[in-house]
Formats: sequence, C-alpha cells, structure tokens
Amino acid sequence: MADTHIATHTGLAHHFDDIEQQREAGTLGMWAFLVTEVMFFGGLFLAYILYRGKYSESFEAASAHLNWKLGFFNTIVLICSSLTMALGVYYSQVGNRKKLIAFLALTELLGLTFLAVKAYEYHDKWTHNLVPGLQQFKWEGHGNPANVEMFYWLYFAMTGVHALHMIIGIGIIGVLILMARRGRFTPEYHSPVEISGLYWHFVDIVWIFLFPLLYLLGAHLSH
Amino acid sequence: MAEHIVPKRIYFAIFAALMMLTGATVIVAQYNLGRWNAIVAMTIAVLKATLVVLYFMHVRYSSRLTWVFVCAGFFWLAIMIALTLSDFMTRTWLPIAQ
Repeated sequence: MADTHIATHTGLAHHFDDIEQQREAGTLGMWAFLVTEVMFFGGLFLAYILYRGKYSESFEAASAHLNWKLGFFNTIVLICSSLTMALGVYYSQVGNRKKLIAFLALTELLGLTFLAVKAYEYHDKWTHNLVPGLQQFKWEGHGNPANVEMFYWLYFAMTGVHALHMIIGIGIIGVLILMARRGRFTPEYHSPVEISGLYWHFVDIVWIFLFPLLYLLGAHLSH
Repeated sequence: MAEHIVPKRIYFAIFAALMMLTGATVIVAQYNLGRWNAIVAMTIAVLKATLVVLYFMHVRYSSRLTWVFVCAGFFWLAIMIALTLSDFMTRTWLPIAQ
C-alpha cells in the first residue's frame, strides 16, 4: 500500500500519508518555530518601546549618530535577497535546477553583502567607543550618556541577534545549494527550499522594523 | 489541495511595492513631524511586513491552519505589548505614595 507512494516520491518520509501532507506539516512546523521567534524578538522590541518612551531625547540623539544611509542600503539589499529567495522557491516548484541554484547563490551573496556592511558599522562604533559592556562607553553629543548607552545596548542586542539569524540563514542556503546540485529537489519534493524561504523572509521582516526604529528615529537631526 | 505556485510577476510587483514603501519611509524620516514620525514609520513597516507574509511567505495561499498559527503569533505579541504599556503608561495617573 504505502510502499507504492514511497517508490514514487523519494523525499516522502514513512510517517506521512502522502507528499501533500508532508509539505503541509513542514510549513506548519516552520511557522510554529517562527511564532516563537516573533515572541523572542518581541521582547527586545518591547524593551526598545519602553526605553524610547522614557529617554526619547537621548534616543533620538543616539540614533542620529547611526549612518541611516548604510541602514537604507542594507534594507535594499535584504529586500532584493527576499525577491531572489522567492524566485528560488519558484524555480524549485517548477523544477528548474539551474535557476534554483543561481537564485540561491544570489541570495547568499546578498546576505553576505548585508553582513559586510554590518561589520563595517560595528567597527565604526567600536572605534568611537560606543559598544556597551565591552568598552568604556563614551558619549559627548546631546542627551544623557547613560541613556544613550541604553540605546546602543539595544542597538547591538537587536542587530546582533538579527545578524546571527542572517549567519544561520546563509549556512542553511549553503546546504540548500549543495542539495540542489545533487539533484535532491523535484517539483514534488522541495520542502527544504520552501521552509528555508519562510525563515529568510522572516529575518527580512525583523529588519523592516529595525531600520526605522534604530536608524530613522534621529534621521531628521543628522543634517 | 495541490501546491499553489505564485506567478513571478506577483513577486516582482511585491518587490516594487516594498522598494517604494522603503523610499517613502526614508523621505518622511527627514522631517521632524513630532509624534507623526513614529506613526508613519510603523504604519509603513507593518504594511511592508504584511506584504512579505502574505505573498513572499505564501500565507495568502496557505491552509486555514497556517493562518491560525500566524495570527496567534502576532496576537500574542500584541497582548504582550498592550498589557505592558497599559501598566507603564498609567503609573503616574494615580497619586500613590512612592
């Protein structure tokens, strides 16, 4: 009975009735994980909301010191990477292996570009003694230095955890490229591409909120 | 229920919309609108996130059960933020000895 299914779909695990049920379970499982991620990042966003309300002037001054143009560039990079990932999923659905690999590689490249810009920004903050916890925090601009330090603590916590998610995502896409090269995906079975795409888009969504909250908050002061 | 394949043109349309909204949020942020800066920025961010969830993440074409999972996540986030703010924002309303 079930053996005939297994024979037709190499990607079907024995505890699923058919490939459809397996795909649905994979999507739901990924969303269950993403819901925990919403709560995880949600805690940091909540901390940000409370302290921004309390120390609004210092937060604006601290934000104005960030280079919003770099944040803007990285936002564009991430939205492009979401498009290339979505197209990668599309080509896995229609079974075009060459284009699937090409778009996964493009997504990988955009992810690395994002991290490179992020590393440059972190280095800049380090040279200005703006890394709380690891350095003697120094601030000579507007606002209360202790409250500005809170902004930078949140900045590094939020963008740091986001960057960690990017690094994990780049690792996952690397594995997908290897699997695709070995011909592991077919129009019937490509769940790994699909649910990795969900993860990648989620990380993009986190940045969609981080960019205005961290970079644009003080953009009207910086010129 | 067979898998729904989202046509490429929808992906490109969503991409264009995301780019335009990003441009809009950057332009608005250059002006000091007081309270409105945050309102506009968050409205645009929520709009962008919704587009990504519905189209890039295929939720619009997914099963009802997926909808329940997604809505539950954001509903719980809303509870966390709303209840915490209802505490912080009302602390000074009553003259209680510190």
